[in-house]
Amino acid sequence: MGRKLLLDKAHVENIRLYEVYRREGGYRSVEKALKSMSPDQVTDEVKKSGLRGRGGAGFPSGMKWSFLAKPEGVPRYLVVNADESEPGTFKDRYLMEFIPHLLIEGMITSSYALGSNNSYIYIRGEYAWIVDILEKAIAEARNNGWLGKNILGSGFDCDIHVQRGAGAYICGEETALLESLEGKRGNPRIKPPFPAVKGLWGCPTVVNNVETIAAVVPIINEGGEEYAKIGIGKSTGTKLISACGNINKPGVYEIDMTISVEEFIYSDEYCGGIPNGRKLKACIPGGSSVPILPANLLLKTAKGETRMMTYESLADGGFATGSMMGSGGFIVMDDRQCVVRHTYTLARFYRHESCGQCSPCREGTGWMEKILWNIETGKGKMSDIDLLWDIQRKIEGNTICPLGDAAAWPVAAAIRHFRDEFEWHVNNPEEAQKRNYGLAHYADPLVVTA
Amino acid sequence: MAEQTNTPANLKVTIDNITVEVAPGTTILQAARQIGGDVTPPAMCYYSKLEGSGGKCRTCLVEVAAGSAADPRPMPKLVASCRTPIAEGMIVKNITSDRVQEARAGVVEFLLVNHPLDCPVCDQAGECHLQDLGYEHGKEGTRYEFKRRTFEPEDIGPYIQLHMNRCILCYRCTYVADQLTDDRVHGVLDRGDHANISTHISKAIENNFCGNMIDVCPVGALTDKTFRFKNRVWFTKPVEAHRDCDQCCGKVTLWQRGEDVLRVTARKDEWGEVQSHEGKPGWICNTCRFEKKKASDWVIEGPTKINRHSVISQGHYLGLKKPTETLPAVMDGRDPKLMMDIHSVSEVNRVDISELPGPATSDNFKK
Repeated sequence: MGRKLLLDKAHVENIRLYEVYRREGGYRSVEKALKSMSPDQVTDEVKKSGLRGRGGAGFPSGMKWSFLAKPEGVPRYLVVNADESEPGTFKDRYLMEFIPHLLIEGMITSSYALGSNNSYIYIRGEYAWIVDILEKAIAEARNNGWLGKNILGSGFDCDIHVQRGAGAYICGEETALLESLEGKRGNPRIKPPFPAVKGLWGCPTVVNNVETIAAVVPIINEGGEEYAKIGIGKSTGTKLISACGNINKPGVYEIDMTISVEEFIYSDEYCGGIPNGRKLKACIPGGSSVPILPANLLLKTAKGETRMMTYESLADGGFATGSMMGSGGFIVMDDRQCVVRHTYTLARFYRHESCGQCSPCREGTGWMEKILWNIETGKGKMSDIDLLWDIQRKIEGNTICPLGDAAAWPVAAAIRHFRDEFEWHVNNPEEAQKRNYGLAHYADPLVVTA
Repeated sequence: MAEQTNTPANLKVTIDNITVEVAPGTTILQAARQIGGDVTPPAMCYYSKLEGSGGKCRTCLVEVAAGSAADPRPMPKLVASCRTPIAEGMIVKNITSDRVQEARAGVVEFLLVNHPLDCPVCDQAGECHLQDLGYEHGKEGTRYEFKRRTFEPEDIGPYIQLHMNRCILCYRCTYVADQLTDDRVHGVLDRGDHANISTHISKAIENNFCGNMIDVCPVGALTDKTFRFKNRVWFTKPVEAHRDCDQCCGKVTLWQRGEDVLRVTARKDEWGEVQSHEGKPGWICNTCRFEKKKASDWVIEGPTKINRHSVISQGHYLGLKKPTETLPAVMDGRDPKLMMDIHSVSEVNRVDISELPGPATSDNFKK
């Protein structure tokens, strides 16, 4: 049984209420930070903990905080990215819905470290009911003196505001999020300047994921070095994984990053295996943007080592034979699932969510979707597969923001690992037209291909 | 730029093995324009006179082989040269990099997949940056086999014709409206491949400086309604002229046919941008652009020097060779055929080619 730092209290009855949360040891980190630590000491603890951004990129959070420019007389901002829109990812929702005070507590402590007197939660519009939960929690925290002027007599002022998005995936990109928060069209900004220098309203800003900010609470409570002892190598601490797809027990699991992928899928403590006696075919380990992996490469790396649920191990082998931890949206596919259909669905999503600002993403995502639809419905040609490969290569890395990469990677990985399925669709157009699902017999993923 | 006065020391940058000294704060694209020639990356969305423009079209991508003298690591991704400032000792590869050439060819293809290619009926033809870009960096054919994207025609006022199908979403016109006029009534609606320039809701753009949107548009998406279908630009004669105007600089180019002034535009520099006069961009007002269509309204200065962004000067090229092949030899016994049905995607003529009995003539389209 792994350690739980974020969700251990999530199922205490009425933990959403301030009194219960406080009784269970809540807001200790704020007391500790404001009464006995300087802001830089808090940042140092986060640095020592080795905490990495939980939103997808895995950038060390302490480092991000230390990059924050601190010019005199200019306000600084902390913005929490709760625009969790990645298909397959629903961990932040769980955290905010069940234990909202954890996020508020983490935000107060982090705001103290960063010197942010006004901190924002940018939450996706679809999470309308969570806005109510958060605002209630903020009001409770304010009534009990954890927010407002001169918190705990430390002279530090802080307030938290919740802003709803309007349902755009692109607003989860940090600079598009800031644009949207300023009331503009959610187009990503061109970097540099980075938000740490010029962010919200031109002021230095740190944008962090909900889970990252929540993880600050146990780091301050237990100390950065204690936190760093959990996990393997540079993957420290616990990570929320939202598992879905063909598994017996879909849901949000908090893992300490020491277990193998095989254990995570098959152990009863976590996903509980594949239902109906089916075989594992493929898995997207970190949300829809990261490359899909076939079963053989998922459980073992190309070098034959056991693949662990850590940032490094999941990325082992680069994109040729590896994937990414991403945001922790763990999508499992059994042997009835069609990779072409699945890739088409993702391509459609990215076409719909592209902001349309830069040309490779605006035109390329739509083009890829159309070609994939042709292949899926049996109207494709062999040359279309190579064309898809070429298009994704010309999108990747050439766009303003990572949405272009996120659209290109799934297509690239699907062709790289499941080219035979694409070819089957081209060679068997009638059969492909007749059924959209259930193509297991022609592409057994458990046969290792060189 | 403000930094120039604070730090007078110039920075050295090497672009395609040519070293040039530039002021701090200069972007790679501006440095390349100082060198000029082939080294300069094409720019479809960047406009030096519009603050905040650039970075969107991705045609100006370059490879940075060394970030600076202090930190000579290469940048992992190609960067948009229009928005990347120079650092001392930076080494940039543009035409010497295969990666850049490939990426740029990809961007040109992306820009053209949904472009209607209705150049034969487009007023911008001949001075269109997308045409130039296509000739210089594009491929002959297309790999796009789907129906091109179309939009419902939208009337945006008495002066400006909007052809959304031709738009490449460079955002220049929104910057013009933001920075030159008081109230912006148009902008980009929707997102992704159905993002479009429009007004909310069906308003007319009537600001006195809105005509400059036509000058900054790199393609034929925004054209002059008073010049619409009047003539092809290469049949007109550009002449520099000025008048005393209390609203703008009054320095313009007249596009004449005989004695008639068919069109008035701002003067353009060699990069297709509005020229600066006494350090200020020479934007012109709507009165000068749309109302003063008589030669007597203007003081003529002399013929305009035409830059590379135009076929208008085709008669003036040096060393022009007459082709030796005749048309029958080129056709080699084949009948001429309609290569592409532009009318199905163009907004100009809504004619179904298949319904016409014989070869289409202009009479058919006048119906």
